[in-house]
Amino acid sequence: MSNIPAELRYVSSHEWVRLEEDGTATIGITDHAQAALGDIVFVEMPEVGTELSAGDDAGVVESVKAASDMHAPISGEVVAINEALEEAPELANTEPYEGAWFFRVKPSSPAELEELLDADAYAAVCENE
Amino acid sequence: MGNRTPLFEVHGESGGKMVDFGGWDMPIHYGSQLEEHHAVRQKAGMFDVSHMTALDVTGEQAREYLRYLLANDVDRLAFDGKALYSGMLNEKGGVIDDLIVYRMPYGYRVVVNCATREKDLAWMGKQAENFKVTLTERPEYAMIAVQGPEARAMAAKAATPAQAEVINDLKVFEGREVEGWLIARTGYTGEDGLEITIPADEASAFWKKLEEVGVAPCGLGSRDTLRLEAGMNLYGQDMDEDVTPLSANMGWCVAWEPEDRDFIGRKPVAEIRAKKGWDKLVGLVLEGRGVLRHGQKVVVEGVGEGIVTSGTFSPTLGHAIAMARVPAGTTDKAQVDMRGKLVDVRVIRPSFVRNGKKVFE
Repeated sequence: MSNIPAELRYVSSHEWVRLEEDGTATIGITDHAQAALGDIVFVEMPEVGTELSAGDDAGVVESVKAASDMHAPISGEVVAINEALEEAPELANTEPYEGAWFFRVKPSSPAELEELLDADAYAAVCENE
Repeated sequence: MGNRTPLFEVHGESGGKMVDFGGWDMPIHYGSQLEEHHAVRQKAGMFDVSHMTALDVTGEQAREYLRYLLANDVDRLAFDGKALYSGMLNEKGGVIDDLIVYRMPYGYRVVVNCATREKDLAWMGKQAENFKVTLTERPEYAMIAVQGPEARAMAAKAATPAQAEVINDLKVFEGREVEGWLIARTGYTGEDGLEITIPADEASAFWKKLEEVGVAPCGLGSRDTLRLEAGMNLYGQDMDEDVTPLSANMGWCVAWEPEDRDFIGRKPVAEIRAKKGWDKLVGLVLEGRGVLRHGQKVVVEGVGEGIVTSGTFSPTLGHAIAMARVPAGTTDKAQVDMRGKLVDVRVIRPSFVRNGKKVFE
């Protein structure tokens, strides 16, 4: 059973979103996603300054087994990326919700935040796969 | 539910994540494919390979039959227990399967792949009609591969004294029967080690003993990264019935001498060999970011196109490696279409890591 923290929000493509106090949103991939991918060996991030729309390709996660696109769960401008994760991609396996955030955006469409899944709804998505 | 090997229960106890593999429920890993890979390169790991098919070839024409059936020549087997790698070709010279054959006191033991089992048995049975031979499957055995620099020492600790003596004494590519086990110094990882054919009802106890002396259980995931680093082919990916041994880096195990030995596929492969210019299987190295994958297109400027047959992240080297089939004129550079982007790669002989060490410049 994968770990799905109650304080985060989710999308069905297995990214998580954490709303920060400064109004930005931090984004990563879920425990369920990392477990399905297996040992992660490379991550490719969007560039800072990129304007993303919800659903856009926002990077690539490569495990020994497969390459997987990462999608932007919400729209917004990329304001920071996690360079430590680029250096140590295995963090995405070991601490998907702490050390292994991918990037941070300044949300451009507040309405989208209302549509994100809560932990229970995301758990249901995982169970139905 | 798929077929289960005699070790199925033990995989569960060891935390194996089971997947379907050619109709068998097999462990893909026991936690981390990378850690299992490193265990084999640095110390010792073990694999359940009981899904492979073992059969005995006996009868007064066993030797003649195998000399006709296989591209390599069983007459190269100078003593009982000696092992030989060979392709089994169809009439067009395409590879039906690759296999290992051991010379035994009673005839020969042949071990073929799991995914190709039905067609291999059908083909071997059909060819056997013209010879006085008997083919006998040996499903009463399990097979455990113990691989790594410390594999033989650790396996000797887990075995009986008589078995340990054989383990310590075996030469590379040699097998010997002792106390009902066939212990062979062979493998599919590029490390020293053993492949042990063991009665099914003894397999679990031996597996647990190996685990107790420190051998890491390893799944099919690390088996694939290890064999690819070693430059060893995977049937169905790196070669199949439409590929000749020349284009699968298996030319070295086609025995052209003696010239008067007729074997299935000899004529068409000899014709291609005389003309030159066949596609070749090469190694690709990508030292930058990203992972080469099976099926990606290879572009060789001014020469033509090829395809990645097997690709992965090399845990030992820390970057991507691949095998690819490319046109004959390919030299030391190529590009691979990775998700729409052409990326420069180096072209080398298809061998990357042996005995824990990088083997190319």
